[in-house]
Amino acid sequence: MIRKFTLALAGLMIATGAYAADLKVGFVYVGPVGDFGWSYQHDQGRLAIEKEFGDRVETTFVESVPEGPDAERVVRQLAASGHGLIFTTSFGYMDPTLKVAKMFPNVKFEHATGYKRADNVSTYSARFYEGRHVIGTIAGMMTKTKKIGYIASVPIPEVVRGINAATLAARAIDPEITTQVIWVNSWYDPGKEADAAKALMSNGADVIMQHTDSPAALQAAENAGVFAFGQASNMIKFAPTKQLSAIIDDWAPYYIERVRAALDGTWVSTDTWGGIAAGEVQMAPYTNMPDDVKAAAEKAAADIASGAVHAFTGPIKDRDGVEMIAAGATADDGMLAGMNWFVEGVLGDLPK
Amino acid sequence: MENFIYSMIIAATPLLLAAIGELVAERSGVLNLGVEGMMLMGAVVAFAVANSTGSTPLAILAGAGAGAGMALIFSVIALSLLANQAATGLALTIFGIGASGLIGQSFVGIALEPLAKLSIPFLTESTAVGRILLGHDPMVYMALALAAGVAWFLYNTRGGLALRAVGDNHDSGHALGYNVIAIRYMATLFGGACAGLGGAYLSLAYTPMWAENMTAGRGWIALALVVFATWRPLRLVAGAYLFAAVTQLQFYGQDWGLPIASQFLAMAPYVATILALVIISRDVNLTKANAPACIGKPFRAER
Repeated sequence: MIRKFTLALAGLMIATGAYAADLKVGFVYVGPVGDFGWSYQHDQGRLAIEKEFGDRVETTFVESVPEGPDAERVVRQLAASGHGLIFTTSFGYMDPTLKVAKMFPNVKFEHATGYKRADNVSTYSARFYEGRHVIGTIAGMMTKTKKIGYIASVPIPEVVRGINAATLAARAIDPEITTQVIWVNSWYDPGKEADAAKALMSNGADVIMQHTDSPAALQAAENAGVFAFGQASNMIKFAPTKQLSAIIDDWAPYYIERVRAALDGTWVSTDTWGGIAAGEVQMAPYTNMPDDVKAAAEKAAADIASGAVHAFTGPIKDRDGVEMIAAGATADDGMLAGMNWFVEGVLGDLPK
Repeated sequence: MENFIYSMIIAATPLLLAAIGELVAERSGVLNLGVEGMMLMGAVVAFAVANSTGSTPLAILAGAGAGAGMALIFSVIALSLLANQAATGLALTIFGIGASGLIGQSFVGIALEPLAKLSIPFLTESTAVGRILLGHDPMVYMALALAAGVAWFLYNTRGGLALRAVGDNHDSGHALGYNVIAIRYMATLFGGACAGLGGAYLSLAYTPMWAENMTAGRGWIALALVVFATWRPLRLVAGAYLFAAVTQLQFYGQDWGLPIASQFLAMAPYVATILALVIISRDVNLTKANAPACIGKPFRAER
């Protein structure tokens, strides 16, 4: 009797085991999926994984995890609960990810926008600055007051790169253009972003760019009749007459490739930095602009994708007049990854 | 400068709305820490109603109603069941944050028209003063009217006297024949409704969209403002505008090129509030004389 019961139980366990997924994939987001920006796009990548691999994978996500000690707890929990591949999607998760990775050598980690790796930690990012080059070109042609307003989040190299790339591209159109930067010291705070946008516009900026995650600034721009760009996803719904374009992060191809590698056993720790050419950075449709601007934008994107133009081509001087990139040279990935200086034409302090 | 003052008034309104309600609740002796959750519920419900029906007055009412609904839960648990008020309030904050996120899931990515601003033909368009004083949406004036109304009610009516009496000594209030629990219920519901209005302002006028956790701590600031104002409505108005001014300085200061680090400017509103609280509390007797003596204490009728 007991023997039959045990056999039945064993059979049941094997049967359920056969339905279990081959790989559990975990995601840690810094903001809510509902931010319709950064975290939303990562979640679209997660959904793409589910669509591609169906029953073979089981995905979990934890949203709005603050960067800091709480992040470590969340990542550890995911690692300890059977997840074989974990994506941590914010710069500030770097040290917590590495710490947990040491404790769980058999779990694979993918850290977005970081620069520290380990045997089981890969890093990945997208060359958003290439997208900034395109929107800088558009802004350069659309601005009448020659002032661009830039809502920046935190002073890390990625944000500084974006500011510099946009300013360089705009000044290539008109050398008198300046970019005013306002730091909001947060990735996601709709109220603050709207306030920063209003402050910039009241001081004369007539094109708004942002490196924060919500559509609030875009909305404020639309209501004030000022042009702006969406960030991380196409935010045209919030500014139907004033959004010129948006830089869209498309993580799906990269995510699918990494999950496939993890399933096949070919996963190794790498650093991936794809741009427009790789499809990780896409531009939203060019709207609300005259045809010549649209043509210039399309050309800029095509040139970057083909490699004909690099967003950081010398001569480039910083604000103190020191030449950082010689004439004809381009910035290498090392300089880009550690960029902590502003180019000429950027107004606003750079906290160190 | 004109835009700075204009933005300051707009930024102060949600704080003022939530804080004035909390002031009434605290004056009756109820410590309602659930303001943040009530604001968020007000924000999401107001947005949902505005999106579905297109009617702004209905949305504002719905926001107030949602805040009052949350306050009803609080009142039942803290006033009738005599649970610890601080713990109940905190629990309701967390509940409000989560519930609003859940309700708001289907409203992400939708944009609304902001509340229409007043525009008096000659004044608001041409003169700076005209725009600053008269060019706002109705809820800004509603907040100021509420503050004035509460000040009048508390100090010039029998009802206000009863409310203050219950907050200062609920036992003698009960002995005088006031229904302490009923008065506290009404005060808390009013407080919740005002918090809901504050949240509704955020999602209808300030940034006309729904975003999770969009109050970003304003409920806690409102709580601090009530103490900062030593529980007096007109000082509360001053405190709210002061805080909003320092908050806006964060952005305009960077724009004007003030030689202060942006992180320090971000910290400044909170430092200013703490400084003000310290200055006010220097005179211990002054603070004690103003705080409602029975705040946070559960009331149980002796006889």
